[in-house]
Amino acid sequence: MTPTDDQDRPEVRAEGGHGAVPIEGVPTHAPRRTRDWPLWEVFVRGKRGLSHTHAGSLHAPDATMALRNARDLYTRRSEGVSIWVVPAAQVTASSPDEKDAFFDPAADKAYRHPTFYDIPDEVQHL
Amino acid sequence: MPALARYALALGDDALVLSHRFGEWVSRAPQLEEDVALANIGLDLLGQGRSLLTYAGEVEGQGRDEDALAYLREERDYLSCHLVELENGDFAFTIARMLVFSTYQHALYSALSSSTDPMLAAVAAKAVKEVDYHRDHATEWTLRLGDGTDESHHRMQAAVDEVRKYADELFDTAWIPVELLESGAAVDVSALHDGCRRSWESVLECATLSLPEVVPAVGGGRRGVHDVRMGYLLAEMQHLHRSHPGASW
Repeated sequence: MTPTDDQDRPEVRAEGGHGAVPIEGVPTHAPRRTRDWPLWEVFVRGKRGLSHTHAGSLHAPDATMALRNARDLYTRRSEGVSIWVVPAAQVTASSPDEKDAFFDPAADKAYRHPTFYDIPDEVQHL
Repeated sequence: MPALARYALALGDDALVLSHRFGEWVSRAPQLEEDVALANIGLDLLGQGRSLLTYAGEVEGQGRDEDALAYLREERDYLSCHLVELENGDFAFTIARMLVFSTYQHALYSALSSSTDPMLAAVAAKAVKEVDYHRDHATEWTLRLGDGTDESHHRMQAAVDEVRKYADELFDTAWIPVELLESGAAVDVSALHDGCRRSWESVLECATLSLPEVVPAVGGGRRGVHDVRMGYLLAEMQHLHRSHPGASW
């Protein structure tokens, strides 16, 4: 690797999908061989009728290969019927610094929870 | 050994030996993600090999199970083709071999899934989806390496040139017992060649590569004649079982 490679590389931060982990200064590329493979976030839908759920992340050279790597890493025990991959750099995550303003105001508003209703047994995924 | 057992054994040996080659990539692939992919593909092939060897043992009726056939046969008793024995080489070579072999296997298993032998048909019907994925994986990598950098293009073309020499053996029908071809239990692989060739060429063309005209390698794997590299492969594959007979976990 020549020094110019590093300078030319666009700055990418590992923020997508990682929630509480640091979002600044975390390299999305290992220093050498992986430098050209961006990070992808993987969402797997487990069963028909359920939504896609974040399964993890992986490196891949492009979206097509990311889907295939996701198939090998996250669905090899029949976990899924559908996979989405999203460039990690395209995920905008909430910042831990904003946690209080974002989430605390909801903590004491019990009336927002459906605890005052009788849920029919037939409703599976509420 | 009965003709049907010998046929199942040859197909099983192809899968078993190539699965070992894929296993050799574990911890050595260019990426962790690719490491897992190659291991998965190897495990698919190992599963096919197990089913076919088990069936060969049953048809033979001498009490040999999959382990006896995999670990306790000598090199001359292996019926695998030379293509699967070749050392892994660089990543391009592994991909080129996967492209050629998985295309062949896909055509083979597609035809074999309507075999008059119900067991072979069942094994093939399950395996055809697995090798379809292997073909897809090899295709995607061939496109990226062939139409990538000068270095990757050069290596990929060199790999295709080398692999091509060993492809003809896959479509040799001479070793397949005539009664199996007539009964519809076995597949006339010579009829699959043109379709496979068109499939290879369409991928290679998209990848800015070409399928060369070459002098085919001598072959002989179906008669139990193997290259020196096969001995090293079997030594590694068999030594644990031979050192500790019946070892299990």
